[in-house]
Amino acid sequence: MAKTKIESDHGLNVRMFLTGLGLVALYAIIVSVMLSLGVSVVFVVVIAGAMIFCQYYFSDKIAMFAMHAHEVTPQQEPRLHQIVDRLCLLANMEKPRVGVSEMDMPNAFATGRNPNHAVICATRGIMQRLNDEELEAVLAHELSHVAHRDVAVMTIASGVGMLAGLVSRIALFGAMFGGGGGRGRGGQNIVLLEMATMLISIIIYFIAFLLTMALSRYRELAADRSGAILIGKPSVLASALVHVTGDIGKIPRTDLRKSEGMNAFFFAPALAPGTAANLFSTHPTLERRLDQLNKLEKELNG
Amino acid sequence: MGLRDTLFGRTKQVAPNLDNLFALSAAALTLESELDLVTSGQGGLCFKAGSGESTITTDDDIKQLLDFDETNNKVTLSTDDLGFKWLVVSDPDLEALITRIHAADTSMVEHGLGPRLLCAVFGFVPKSPPGEGPVRLVYLMKQGTFYPFAPTGATQRNNELELRVRSFLSTDLPIEKDLTRWMALWNLPVN
Repeated sequence: MAKTKIESDHGLNVRMFLTGLGLVALYAIIVSVMLSLGVSVVFVVVIAGAMIFCQYYFSDKIAMFAMHAHEVTPQQEPRLHQIVDRLCLLANMEKPRVGVSEMDMPNAFATGRNPNHAVICATRGIMQRLNDEELEAVLAHELSHVAHRDVAVMTIASGVGMLAGLVSRIALFGAMFGGGGGRGRGGQNIVLLEMATMLISIIIYFIAFLLTMALSRYRELAADRSGAILIGKPSVLASALVHVTGDIGKIPRTDLRKSEGMNAFFFAPALAPGTAANLFSTHPTLERRLDQLNKLEKELNG
Repeated sequence: MGLRDTLFGRTKQVAPNLDNLFALSAAALTLESELDLVTSGQGGLCFKAGSGESTITTDDDIKQLLDFDETNNKVTLSTDDLGFKWLVVSDPDLEALITRIHAADTSMVEHGLGPRLLCAVFGFVPKSPPGEGPVRLVYLMKQGTFYPFAPTGATQRNNELELRVRSFLSTDLPIEKDLTRWMALWNLPVN
């Protein structure tokens, strides 16, 4: 991050640090709870560690697979490669691999365990919806994620939440089978204690989840900021955001006559659309992002 | 679909909803006053011709069914590259256009072709060209809702304009609320 020309924002750094601190404090609580329970610490740590490591190490493959994306050569996607080339020169970054997902949903993502193994990927939908300048802004945002090593940061952050989840599951198991016999003096007390531990773990898991989401939103804002500074035009990123989120992002490019499963003919909605409100979002609201970009635009012009 | 239909894997054919078509004439006034859009004089009906459905399989059958009047050259029947049939009606008067499309719909429903109907499309163009480009109002037969479609290129559409059309017409027309159903119709034969 130090060698790249993407500037940092102090307020954002402080908030991110505090969020991280909250996560570390939670980690300490979890470990002490676990030790008081007497579970095999080694076992828990090995399992959790292995899972987190896989998630981290294969992040590029997992994300590409989930998004039906494949890597493309400069011959296949000259426009995308040209834009990424230019941006990497601007930011003095190593060029990541470039991928395309054939989905119509407008989206772009960057993944990979470190800048050397990074993949930057755009969906067909976003490439059709945006003009070159807007696409450049979106890719600058994604390159900032690579420069900020966001995959590593978010893996560590979510790892803590996962650990909390593990503890609560072990506690649940213990509560059901462990103290069941009621042998000895404290049989009843142990059951109660384990029930309490379980409840606490669930609350911890929930808080850890909220904190992880908050951290993710800060990382998004940081990437917005860095990306906007890199291209020098926050307003272009703002316009790209308007074009891919909200109502406009939902309007498909797919032809009615080709619509999957002939929905238009046999109409029976499986899920009511738009009912699942995104309470725990990984991204900040559009207003918040536009607000930040607006301020940035003023700063750059002022 | 009921539980029994789910258990036995049966899909009921859905009858089209034609009632809301006539709401379009009121909406046309709003379109003209607010967005400067007037009818292009063309409307179309899109359906999938199937095989073995009663006896109506060929273009001739359909023409007979719809009381085709080829002398005035106002109605054409064509098949697009995706295998869908288009009945395109030309008439400078929107009311007459809607009536003719509705009549064609009704006659297809009477002959058991209702479930085959996909959509009806009505063209609107700027009163003083170039304006903001043409807009088509698509009527989804099964849902009974309208949505705007404003293509600007081979696979490009003007979403801002479409959303603006929605904001003006939402009181006049039953506009499709689920934006993911605002499917594109590239290469329309309806202008």
